[in-house]
Amino acid sequence: MSAWLDPVPWLILLPLIWATLAFILGPRRGGRLAMAGLAIQLGLAVYLATQMMATGPRVHSLGGWGAPLGIDLLADGLAVAMLLLTQIAALPLVIYARAYFSASSTASAPQWEGAPRRMVPSDQFWPLTGFLLAALNALFLSADLFNLYVTLELLTLAAVGLVALGGKPSQVVAALRYLLVSLAASGAYLMGVALIYGTYGTVSIAHLTPLIGTQPPPAIWLAGGLMMTGLLAKTALFPFHFWLPPAHGGAAAPVSALLSALVVKASFYLVLRLLLEPLAPMAEAVSWLLGLLGAAAILWGSWQALATRHLKRLVAWSTVAQLGYLFLIFPLLAPDGLALQAGVMQAVSHGLAKAAMFTAVGVLMLATGRDTLDGLAGVAGRLPLTIFALGLAGVTLMGLPPSGGFLAKWLLIDAALGQGQWPWLIIIIGGGLLTAAYVFQVLRQSFLTAPESTHFQPVPRSMEWTAFMLAAASVLLGLRGVEWIELLAVV
Amino acid sequence: MSTGLLYAMTGVLLFVLGMGGLFLRRALMTKVLAFNIQGSGAFLVLVGLGQRSGIPDPVPQAMVLTGIVVSVAATALALALIRRLADNDMGTGDEP
Repeated sequence: MSAWLDPVPWLILLPLIWATLAFILGPRRGGRLAMAGLAIQLGLAVYLATQMMATGPRVHSLGGWGAPLGIDLLADGLAVAMLLLTQIAALPLVIYARAYFSASSTASAPQWEGAPRRMVPSDQFWPLTGFLLAALNALFLSADLFNLYVTLELLTLAAVGLVALGGKPSQVVAALRYLLVSLAASGAYLMGVALIYGTYGTVSIAHLTPLIGTQPPPAIWLAGGLMMTGLLAKTALFPFHFWLPPAHGGAAAPVSALLSALVVKASFYLVLRLLLEPLAPMAEAVSWLLGLLGAAAILWGSWQALATRHLKRLVAWSTVAQLGYLFLIFPLLAPDGLALQAGVMQAVSHGLAKAAMFTAVGVLMLATGRDTLDGLAGVAGRLPLTIFALGLAGVTLMGLPPSGGFLAKWLLIDAALGQGQWPWLIIIIGGGLLTAAYVFQVLRQSFLTAPESTHFQPVPRSMEWTAFMLAAASVLLGLRGVEWIELLAVV
Repeated sequence: MSTGLLYAMTGVLLFVLGMGGLFLRRALMTKVLAFNIQGSGAFLVLVGLGQRSGIPDPVPQAMVLTGIVVSVAATALALALIRRLADNDMGTGDEP
């Protein structure tokens, strides 16, 4: 096949093109460009997935220069699963964002944290989102450690810009803190890459895996430790989670959704990829630590979500907790692949459910003009579709059948029982109960009767429907689990 | 000790200094400077360890060039955010 028709490089080029055009042409046309671009990207990702299931993993050498001198892009099952998640979650989010920005610029004097100020329009949202998606797609497709560093940095720069988008002091502070943590983390990652290059003279993952073998020298342990620490800080795994709630809880609703659903998954994907391939000898030593930190994240994040009275903070703390589940898979990784499937299923279903939750909360905040749980009284009668979306997303996070979250937790429990590591069950089930507690707290509040004086702003229907579609997708994912698992088997 | 190793050792020292500054210093400008020192340290290690028996390896040099572009962009973003904070005159209470 001609290199021009290969979908792999287009998944990176296309968002770069529409982001640049959106920057030049302004926000009105930018929104339309983003929707058109993402629709094509989704088509390309689906095409790539079907093609790959027929013929196996794909390698694309950029400009005809292969590794070790050139840059190789690799599309295997894990990468394509993450690519699909990115495009599936991002398309409804840009539709939502168009309505969100036009609705909140007309709403009377928004007071809540995260509302875009009228004087700072949404101009920069479209280009930054395009660059963010290009960086994500490039990261999932990269096959060498240095290219991964560059894509991680691009992702950070776009994400920080999005957090600071509203220009309010609290957002700028959150963005700056996020930037400094990320820079320290990617510095540590780069140092690890430097040590690996110094030892083996290559950064290609495919070349490194056999070179490192099973008995790595001390320098590789140091390099691996630095890279892992950096990536865990970027994933906001407990105890590195401190930057996440202000950054995700303070940004505009579509931004929070993009960050919580997709951006934190990118560094998790890297941890997984490194521990599965080049740093596999380290996996045994660190897997227990990762599992324990994940368990701590589930308990602490859920507890904080229960304690907060702010809607967006609650959803952001819930992200801290749900990220913990992703790390429970490491002590259970085995050749049967159950834990790996559980991890990817959790990443995908949490991505969709969390996008739904943040978009639904954005609708509620726009309607009530407040960011507190107490302000929710009466919304169930006014915005039943949004509350239904919130409930469906909650079903996925709690892990009730038939949702994707249920499938993820089922696979995880299966893996834990199969290896006789039953203590993890307590965490998995306990975390589900805590999740139910904070989701029901929101739902209960929304069914209370509103005081007479309450005034609800009208909200565009398209915002309610996109939130609902994301939530429905996260639940229906459980019925399509077999296809995802078959996709993962392509290595 | 070869020149390459000397460069790499200096790089490690700079990296540790920069990391320390990033975490221990409170002033935001100092943090940005510390990040640049930390980055330079990593670049020195990359170039220094990349030498094979005194012959420079072009691949890490290309990587470092890319890395410098990235760190310039990151520094610019950090400075822009710090200026925004100063313009908002947020001196108290809300410091990161």
